[in-house]
Parts: sequence; structure tokens; C-alpha cells
Amino acid sequence: MHLKYESQLREPLVYGDKTYHQVTEDIVKPIEAKPTKLWYIGFYISVALLLFGVYSVYREVTYGIGQWNLNKTIGWGWDITNFVWWVGIGHAGTLISAILLLFRQGWRTGVNRAAEAMTIFAVMCAGQFPIFHMGRVWMAFFVLPYPNTRGPLWVNFNSPLLWDVFAISTYFTVSLLFWYSGLIPDFATVRDRAFTKLRKRLYGIASFGWTGSTKHWQRHESLSLVLAGLSTPLVLSVHTIVSFDFATSVIPGWHTTIFPPYFVAGAIFSGFAMVQTLMVIVRKVFQMEDYVTIGHIEAMNKVIVLTGSIVGVAYLTELFMGWYSQNKYEGYTFWYSRAYLFSPYGWSYWGMMACNVLSPQIFWFRKMRRNLFVTFFMSIIVNIGMWFERFVIIVTSLYRDYLPSSWSVYYSPTIWEIGFYAGTFGLFFTCFFLFAKYFPVIAIAEIKYVLKTTGEGYKNKMGNIEEQKLEEFVLEQAHH
Amino acid sequence: MAKKKFVVGCFDDEAVLFPAVKKVRTSGYKIHDVYTPFAVHGLDHALGLRETSLHTAGFVYGITGTSTALSCISWIFTRDWPLNIGGKPHFALPAWVPIIFELTVLFAAVGMVLTFCYLCQLAPFVKKHHFHPRATDDLFVMVIECTDKTNTDDLKAFLTSNGAVETDVQVAEDGWWLGRYDKDEMPFENKEIVAA
Repeated sequence: MHLKYESQLREPLVYGDKTYHQVTEDIVKPIEAKPTKLWYIGFYISVALLLFGVYSVYREVTYGIGQWNLNKTIGWGWDITNFVWWVGIGHAGTLISAILLLFRQGWRTGVNRAAEAMTIFAVMCAGQFPIFHMGRVWMAFFVLPYPNTRGPLWVNFNSPLLWDVFAISTYFTVSLLFWYSGLIPDFATVRDRAFTKLRKRLYGIASFGWTGSTKHWQRHESLSLVLAGLSTPLVLSVHTIVSFDFATSVIPGWHTTIFPPYFVAGAIFSGFAMVQTLMVIVRKVFQMEDYVTIGHIEAMNKVIVLTGSIVGVAYLTELFMGWYSQNKYEGYTFWYSRAYLFSPYGWSYWGMMACNVLSPQIFWFRKMRRNLFVTFFMSIIVNIGMWFERFVIIVTSLYRDYLPSSWSVYYSPTIWEIGFYAGTFGLFFTCFFLFAKYFPVIAIAEIKYVLKTTGEGYKNKMGNIEEQKLEEFVLEQAHH
Repeated sequence: MAKKKFVVGCFDDEAVLFPAVKKVRTSGYKIHDVYTPFAVHGLDHALGLRETSLHTAGFVYGITGTSTALSCISWIFTRDWPLNIGGKPHFALPAWVPIIFELTVLFAAVGMVLTFCYLCQLAPFVKKHHFHPRATDDLFVMVIECTDKTNTDDLKAFLTSNGAVETDVQVAEDGWWLGRYDKDEMPFENKEIVAA
């Protein structure tokens, strides 16, 4: 008989004295209940934002990139800022589900499903920006390497922009497969307790005829583990490659070797902040405080303070190198365009510093890490800060580079640039509201798997093991 | 497909299930399968199933991706259309590492998921016989295949004595077919819709 035991010192991951059936009931309840008024309000606002975004994109496609305030100097503005921002957010899901699985972090089970969903939706939003930035979006398929009648003229495999195409599309595909393979057993759970014909039919299709056979579970475990192993370097590679878009150029402020680790840390930082924003709401609205516990929130806040500090060290290193390299252009970019508060974009640099480096330090205090209001507030602040970071990197480096004659006038976005960004929020939240209503937001089977080790009720019952003598314990186990 | 006769025993605790599996197997019965709501570790060994080779397949798909990327890119850039990019070498291996890596991961992941679906016979619109609707909720459902000599009443009693909370005899097909789940009888039909 295998023994499941976890120290009493660890906080339970599932509160309350739950049975397996209770777990199913709690998690499937929002799917089987009618959506609340709040859900409808949120959903309609998201759809409205999405429609505004669709109209903004329609203007851009019809009239051209001139609908945005980009110019020949600032060729990347809000669009690429938003792209990097969304891709960064899309890193937490796979980090939680893959890296934390390999590190055997039990708390991932409560949040992995929602975080993976968030990842997929964030990558969907991110993808829109480079695609529509192409201008002639109907030519977007030119980025694919296929034998064509134009020579054949191939894409440039040495270009970081093409690496990005491969990285983002691979990341999206693998995340989707990982997420869906985990969902199959949970869809089967919903299917087998469905009480309307339509639900039975649709979840029947979605569950692929899953039965729960032991052999299938064995393969499922193997699949999850290998996918986690594959996703771990993948998630690190994606933002590394995004950082290559900048780092392989010769623009002062972009041409730095620190970019890959700095971007990856920033991505995890902003991704966890977005998970916090969503989970603080989801656990409250769906009454899932027993599954996404305050311990989960605290663990994620620890990741936020760690990655926020890594990002802070990177900012300071850049400033140091701006001076130490004795390169005039580097020095000008870092010490004037960025760090000087009264330069045209100085406000964005100090906004970034305040939001990303200073304010997360509050999470060194346990009380703050376990405070929901502070967590929610900070999660928003961090994502504002991370948006500033990308804006700082892109715009302050571009607007004044080597030739003063090519320096740009002050760049501010048009309503359609803002509208496009707002539209991706609409897309993201429309998807998330649908997910929250129709999908099990917590991985049911995974919670059941850890229930008897980390559930509060079971842990308390096992407390006596710690006081037991070895002989008694062996004797008791032998009876099983 | 031929229909077979099965004896079904349901257990509500994996701690009871494991000794029962052992006893049923040592008594010479053939366990068709055990359906569980989550992955019960060690159950595959208890049932005498061999390790899956899915990860080996994943490795093969991965190196297929690696070699596809490497051979395609090097053929394109050195043979088909050698493009002069700033006088740099045509065979620029370091610059290809990102794409080679991404294709390795992509091939391995897609290949493994498709293989998993094929081996487990999972696909949309596929339907299988489910021995108990609570097998995906909170019951561990042991299914034993009957032969001509099996005395079902004895077997049911044997399962009950080993801790089964529910026993049953079912005649069912053990394969899959295309079908709809809403044609089944609805076990939870009388349930009211609850407000959130």
C-alpha cells in the first residue's frame, strides 16, 4: 500500500473536509448554474470593447498604418509595446503548469487551469499586433516558409522576427494542446453529471469519449510530464526570442546582452500579476476560496517580489553599463532619454521604476502577501509598470538615436491605436468570461489527486503519525 | 462488434481498491479495466500493465522536428537560394538554433498528443460504453470480464466481501463507436437548476 503523507507544517492546499464528490460539486457548480447578472455585465462590456477594437482594426486595414501616429523614426510604438506586453502576460500559465510541475510545487494544481487559459488568450491578443502592424494584412502568409511562385523566395531564417513567428506559433500550439489534454478528463466529469440533453451532447463531444481507464490515465500522466518537460525550455525560449527582436539590433538601449534573462523575468512578473488579478476575482465570485487559498495567493506574491527584484537589478545594470561602456549613445539613451525625469519620456521611466521595482517590495511582509486588497491593487500596478517597461524600451530608444536630423517629434497614440489595444482587452476578457462559465476553472482530477495528501481534513487526521512510535506505525501499515 | 458480459464492482476509496485488485487477480479473474476519476498512482502496476512507451514516441517525433528544421533551412540557404546577407556565411548554424529548437518542441508535442489520442481511441464524436456514471466523479469502478465458467453471483459476493459498495452485471461492447451522449438515459435528470 502506498503511503501519502505531507508534513503538518505545510498549509493545506484544499480547505475543509472534502470528499471527492464534494470537489466535483464545488468546481462544476458555476457551469451548471445560470450565469449571474454580474457575469452578463462583465461579458457585455468585454464584447463592446472587442467591437471597438474590431472597428479600430477595420480603420487601420482600410486606410493603412497612417491611422496610427507611427512615423519613420518611431516605427514601433504602441503596437509592439502591446505585443510584448501581452506575450509577457502569456508566460505565467505555462510556467505554473510546466515548471512548477517539474519542481513538484503542489500549489500549482489550484491555479494551473485558469492560468493556462489566460496564457492562451493572452497569446491570441499578442499575435494581433505584429499581424496588423504588417499593414497589408492580407499578405501575412508571406511569413510562412513554403515553396512559392516568387522565385521561390524564402523567408530569412537568420532574422529574429522570423524566429518570433516560429516561437509564438509553437508556444500557442503547445500551450493549447497541454491545456486541452488536461481538460479532457474534466469535461468527462461534467458530461457524466449533465442534466440537460444539449450539455450532455456538447461535453460528450468535447470529452473525446474519455472513460477514465487506468491505461489511459497512465498514458495521460506520461503525456503531461513530457509536455511539461518540453514546455519548460519553450516558455523560456519564447521571451528570449522576443528579446532578440531588440537585442540583435544596433539601436542604443536595445543592443544589450542582458535582455534574454531580463525579459523572461519580466514576463513571469507580469504574468503572475495577471493571474492574481483574475484569481482574486474568480475565487470570490465562484466561492472557490477553499481551492485557491490564501496560501496560493501568497506563493504567487513571492514569485512577484522575486521576479520584480530581478527586473530591478536588470534596470540598474543597464544604467551602470550605460556609464561604464563610455559609449556616448548608450549614455545618452540611458541617462538622458530614460533616467532624466524631465526629458520628454522621463515620466515613463520613473513610472516603470515606481511600479515594477519599488512598490512590489511591499511583498517582503507576510501580512501584505496575504492581504487580498493589497494583492489585487499591486497586480494592477505591476501590469501598468510592465507596460511602461516595454514602452520605455521601444519608444525612448527609437525617438532619438545616432542622427539628430532623424530625431522624432513627441509621439502619442491616436484613438485607433488606443482602440486596438482596448479591443485586445475585449478579446481577452470575452474569452475569459466564456471560459469561466463553460469550462472547469480548476483542474478537478488534479485536485482529487492531491486531496488526500494536502486536504485540510485528511491532513488533520494524519497528524497523529508524527507522534507515533515507529513500531506502532509499521504495525498499522502492515494491516492495510 | 461482439458484446461481452462484465461484472462491475464499485469502490469508494483507493485504499480499499488496491487490496481488492490484488485479491481479484490472485483468485484468477481477468480484470478488464479499472475506471478512476483521477490518475491513481501505482494502480497500473497493481493491474500488471506495462509501462507506456509514449515518451519514446515523443523523443522520435522531437528528433524528426530537429532534422526537418535543420535539413530544410540548410537546403534552402545553401542550395536552393543562397542569399547573401551582409557577406555572412550561408550555413549560419547559430542563427538557426531558435527555429530548430521550436520545431523540435512543436513536432514532439503535436506528435505525442495525436499518438495519445490514437492509442486511447479518443476523438470528438467518439462514444464508448461507460460502466458507471460516477467513474468520473468519485467511484473507482473495477470491471471483470466474464468467461463461460464465471458464476456472476459468486463474483459479486466476492467483490462485496472485498469492499465494493456497489456491484452489477452488464453486457456491453468494449470498443468505441461514433455516437451521441445525449441519447443515453439521464442519470441526473431530476436535478433542478440551481442559482449561483
